[in-house]
Amino acid sequence: MTAITHHIPDAMLAAYASGNLAQPFALVVASHVSICDDCRAALEAHQAVGGAILEGTRAVAASPDLKASVLAQLDAPHSPAPEYRRAGPLPGPVMAALKGAPPRWKRLGMGVKQVLLSADQDGSARLLYIPPGQAVPDHGHNGLEMTLVLQGSFSDEVGRFGVGDVEIADESLDHTPIADAGDPCICLAATDAPLRFHAFVPRLLQPLFRI
Amino acid sequence: MLAVRDNRDRAAFAALFDHFAPRLKGFIMRSGASGQQAEEVVQDVMLTIWRKAEMFDPHRAQVSAWIYQIARNRQIDVARKEGRPVPEALKAEPEVEDDAAQIYALEQETTVLKQALSRLRDDQREMIEKAYLGEMTHQEISTQTGLPLGTIKSRIRLGLERLRHELKGMR
Repeated sequence: MTAITHHIPDAMLAAYASGNLAQPFALVVASHVSICDDCRAALEAHQAVGGAILEGTRAVAASPDLKASVLAQLDAPHSPAPEYRRAGPLPGPVMAALKGAPPRWKRLGMGVKQVLLSADQDGSARLLYIPPGQAVPDHGHNGLEMTLVLQGSFSDEVGRFGVGDVEIADESLDHTPIADAGDPCICLAATDAPLRFHAFVPRLLQPLFRI
Repeated sequence: MLAVRDNRDRAAFAALFDHFAPRLKGFIMRSGASGQQAEEVVQDVMLTIWRKAEMFDPHRAQVSAWIYQIARNRQIDVARKEGRPVPEALKAEPEVEDDAAQIYALEQETTVLKQALSRLRDDQREMIEKAYLGEMTHQEISTQTGLPLGTIKSRIRLGLERLRHELKGMR
């Protein structure tokens, strides 16, 4: 595995730490941090600032019952939320989005497959499977798109993206990512708007596949 | 916190509650929550601290930083009614003894960070607080907090270098 060269921008890590990042992007950040020590360290530095601000916040007295209520619950049974770990190329947060089940790929044509992980007013997150040499259809962006490589690599007008690398694209970037030779490329892609395709037919299919 | 983690010390936990619960309540109310809503979140956060104490690693985080993230996660989960994506936890190494020098260095650095924050102009500090209270988008953070972030950036950078060193080989 080559070194990660495309990281999460600092402002995005700060927004993630403070909880102000749309869910699909938060999934990309959490997945990248799971495999990138540099960004984990940077995120923890932001948490340190957040902690310092918490320490400096003016205290508001808690009602007397609160402490008694918390202390009384220390031994109460509780069911911890399941913790998902990496499975193959898929990091823990992606496995959590899949609820631990193996991905159920849907064919998009030309050997390209996808699994839709979430789609709502915040945007969408999906896994993409792109065979070597195959292109993701030529597309521009209505909003912001983050793509994290989980297996293989792809190249486009911006550069080459290997495992752990994140490409961030906005309205200004019109690009055609092509999977490199070798392993099929598996990516986690998140957008806050539907992609728009230039070719007529993919545009017709867009609502069908919700790509 | 270490007494809570290692000995399940209830008196230590009660002291932790006395210190953090009022601050957490004030912090959460600043995001617009009512006193009662804030207390519900405080209760969840304090119980999470107790239940997940073994996840606390003093080499990598101050208690306040750890609690900050738990509180933000909980606030978002409550608002969205669904789990927020969180990074895979690093595997703890229970065999390794705590490195006092490392913990002390982190404390020192956090103190300097707090001093840097307190020396900011009021408007700059407000901007930073807004960012970490989750009131700014990443675009706003990257365009508007440039100035005050720059002031404390050197502290963050230092912390980053050290954390990066720490994290090497932990996975």
